[in-house]
Formats: sequence, C-alpha cells, structure tokens
Amino acid sequence: MVKFQNTTKIYNFHTLALDNITFDVEKKGFVSVVGKSGAGKTTLMKLLLAEEKPTKGRIFFEGQDVHKIKTGHIPELRKKIGVIFQDYKLLPSKTVYENVAYVLEVIGADDAEISKDVPHVLEVVGLADKMNNFPKELSGGEKQRVAIARALIHRPDIILADEPTGNLDPYHEREVINLLLKINEMGTTVMLATHNKEIINSLRRRVITLEKGKLIRDEEKGRFIL
Amino acid sequence: MFVSLKRIIRSGWSNFRRQTALSFATVSIMVMTIFLITSLFLFQGTTNFLISLLEGRVDISVYFKKDIAEDDILRVKEELSQSPEVKNVEYISREDALARFIEKHKEDLVILESLAEVGANPFLASLNIKAFQASQYDAISDFFSQDPYQELVERIDYFQNKQIIERIFKISTSVKFAGSLLGLILGLIAVLVAFNTIRLTIYSSREEISIMRLVGASNWFIRGPFIVQGIIVGAISTLLTLIIFFLILFFANERVEAFLPNFSPLGYFLNNFFIILFIQLAAGIGLGIISSLIAIRKYLKV
Repeated sequence: MVKFQNTTKIYNFHTLALDNITFDVEKKGFVSVVGKSGAGKTTLMKLLLAEEKPTKGRIFFEGQDVHKIKTGHIPELRKKIGVIFQDYKLLPSKTVYENVAYVLEVIGADDAEISKDVPHVLEVVGLADKMNNFPKELSGGEKQRVAIARALIHRPDIILADEPTGNLDPYHEREVINLLLKINEMGTTVMLATHNKEIINSLRRRVITLEKGKLIRDEEKGRFIL
Repeated sequence: MFVSLKRIIRSGWSNFRRQTALSFATVSIMVMTIFLITSLFLFQGTTNFLISLLEGRVDISVYFKKDIAEDDILRVKEELSQSPEVKNVEYISREDALARFIEKHKEDLVILESLAEVGANPFLASLNIKAFQASQYDAISDFFSQDPYQELVERIDYFQNKQIIERIFKISTSVKFAGSLLGLILGLIAVLVAFNTIRLTIYSSREEISIMRLVGASNWFIRGPFIVQGIIVGAISTLLTLIIFFLILFFANERVEAFLPNFSPLGYFLNNFFIILFIQLAAGIGLGIISSLIAIRKYLKV
C-alpha cells in the first residue's frame, strides 16, 4: 500500500533527513516508526503526504507515485490519508466541531452524516463537552485528541500518527493507542511514529527503527531498541 | 456542487463575523477607497459642469451698421447657422438691445437719464455667435472680414475679447487634464492601499490555508470563503459609502447651490445614482475578489 524506494531527503542542500530508505507497508498493516527526535520520522510522513519532495528515490501510495501527481490532484491523495500531526495543525478560527466537520465537508459528505458522525467521534475521544470551543481554549492533550478525531472521522485508507500521545497523560495515552488498534482491526492501515518505549514494547507489532536518517532495523513484533 | 457552494458561503460569512477586528479594519479601508473613487467621479462631474458653464459664457458679437435692413442680417444669420463650427446664433435687433439695456440698468437713474438725453436709440443690431470650440472663433471673425459681409459690419467684439476667450479655454483644458491625472493617481493609491490590506488579512490566515491543503481541501474550496468574505466586505463598504455620501450631499446641497446656481450636487448624485452604485460595487467587490485571489495564490502551494 505504501512503498518507499531508495528515498533520500536533504533539506536546504545540506541537512540529511532521510538516507536511502526502502520499505513497504502492506494493506491493513500496523507499523511503528521509532527513533530519536530528528531521526526522520516526520519527514517520512511529509513525503508520503506530498508536502515535501524527495531529493532522490520514489514513494508510492496505492500503486501511485506520489510525486508524479499534479498539484491540482494532490487533494485526492490527501483525502485518503488521515494525519495526526505532531503540532496538531488545527484550524484556529474554527471550533472543535467545525475542525472535525471540515474534513467531512472537504470529501463532500452530506449534512446529515456530518451532524451524526462528528459528535460521535468527539465522544469517542472524550471531547463531547468542548465541541463549541476554539483550539486556543484547549489544553495540549485536548488539541491532540481533536487532531485524532479529525484524522479518523472520514475513514481514510491509512492513518499517519506522528507522536499522537506526546501530550497525553498515561490514561489517555492508552486510550488513543487502543483506538488506533481498533481502527486497524477494522481494516485501516496505521503508521505510528513515536519515541514512547512502553507503547512500542506493549504493542508487539512491526517496528521500523530510524537513526540519523538511516533505516537501521525493521522487525516484525519488534521492540524499542536504541 | 451546490452543497460545496452552500458550505463555502457559510464559512465565508462566519469568518467575516468572527474576525471582528480584521473585518472592521478591511471595511473601513474599503469605505475610504470607495469614498475616494466616488469623490473623483463627482469631482469630474462638477468640473465638467463648471467648465461648460464658463465656456457657455464665451461668445462673439458682430454689430451691424445702422442702415442695414433686418432681412439682410437674418440672411447672414441663416448662413452662419449652416456652418458646422457654429453652435448657436442669436439675433438681437436694435430695439431688443435697447430694451435689454434699460432692463439691466433700470435702477440706475443717471444712466437712464443720459440715455434719454441721447434721444434716439444708440444701439446697433447684432448677432451673438457661440462656437463649439475656442479655436473656431478666429474662423468666424474671418468670415466677416471677407467681402459681401465686410461692408455690413460696424465692428466685431472678438478682437477685444480674444485673449480672455483663449485663456478661458486654456484653463478649462488644463483643469480637465489635471483633474484626470490627479484622479488617476489618487485612484491608484486607493486601490493599492485596499489591495495591501486584503493581502495582510490573508497573510494572517496563511497557516490555516496550508492546513486546509494538508487535510485534502481543493484550491477552490479554500479560496471560496475568502472570495465570499471579499464580496461581503465590498457590499457592506458600498452601502456605508452610499449612506455617507447621501448625508454629506444632503446637508451640503443648499450651501453649494447658493454658491453655484443651477448646480445641485445631490441632484447630480441622484441622477447618476446607478452609475455611482455600479462604480462602487465594481470597486468594492472587484477589489475584494481580485486581491484575495492574488494574495492567496502564494499559500496554496503546499
């Protein structure tokens, strides 16, 4: 489903973020990407989302070369990918409800569906009572949960979760991981980037380890070893 | 399609409502811009009116010798009226001239007494000629310097007035030119200020625009609400400017009329209401939409 082929990314001609990375993620897979900050986890996701271009190599999503897509058709790619951004990327001028509803509006869902699904998902992430608040009125953890709700509301083919538990207390941390597992069981591919050792060790799923832009380990039922 | 349009409009309206300070700033800048553009339009109208008033007062009078028959003069008038340069010819008989003189000086007893002293009617019959352009007066006076007419004419007052006439026309041409130039410059400044204000408001949304791109919104779905916002700002600004103008002209009308008889600014405004409305809407909404489209382009590249 996702295929990185000899991908290298160099920022500003000298900062090497990814160095000749090659790996596949099969459909319905659950892959964790671990590594210290700066190891290239976020770059990986940016490349898949066509937010950045690779310096070398190719990236495929559902058989399509992501960087051969014309600018006008990039939205079609992004509609199939749900992203939980490390820095949340919520729309500051929209309420929690509208932030989550926006993604459904973008894919052209009808109003009835929106007014049914959004409150439901917000309830799942425990934010039903903050629906009409603006992002600036939320704590870091709450923003992160809005970002999670937004990433999964439109049932994307794959979810990219970039440090989705970074700002959560252990209780919510566990909840979010369980949610991701559940979504994965229902057939959605999940790519989870994290440096949370306990989570990785408890998951017993495939783990890709990055170090200074290099892929140093790729194991089924991997563990967090750095 | 229809659902998207509805969502775009709703989103544009809610952005306008929520960003109170920003909306207020944009509307006030827009009001100033539209106000300036409308003022330029009214200024143009007023100067054109004044110039035509001034130009209408310029004419030449050809005085005929005392013994020339009225029929002969009327024949000359007929001939002159055929000529394309001549706008209007008026015949003033000796009696008319006397009557006008008496009417004009009816309160000045000394003048009337001296007129009575003279006894007979001292005035000459004349043709009062108006041309379309100042340069044509030369040709008209030349017309009377040639043969069959030369003998009929006692004098032409063109030569005394020549300099004044030419100066008036020179001034009116320069006023028109300076007015247009000033209008162009001020208009340009106003447009640039409005354009940059809108650019700044979109600059403040640049992050939001890139997020929208990242969650898969198409470019038109992102641009739409900004365009709607531009239309709302343009429409509200037009409405406000219209009200401001109406009030100003309503209260200034009497003073201007006292100063410039036969010219009513309010009347001019109301007569040209639809042109003005069109200019204002075009300026307000057009600027809003075009500036938004240009400013937003840069942030859609994510």
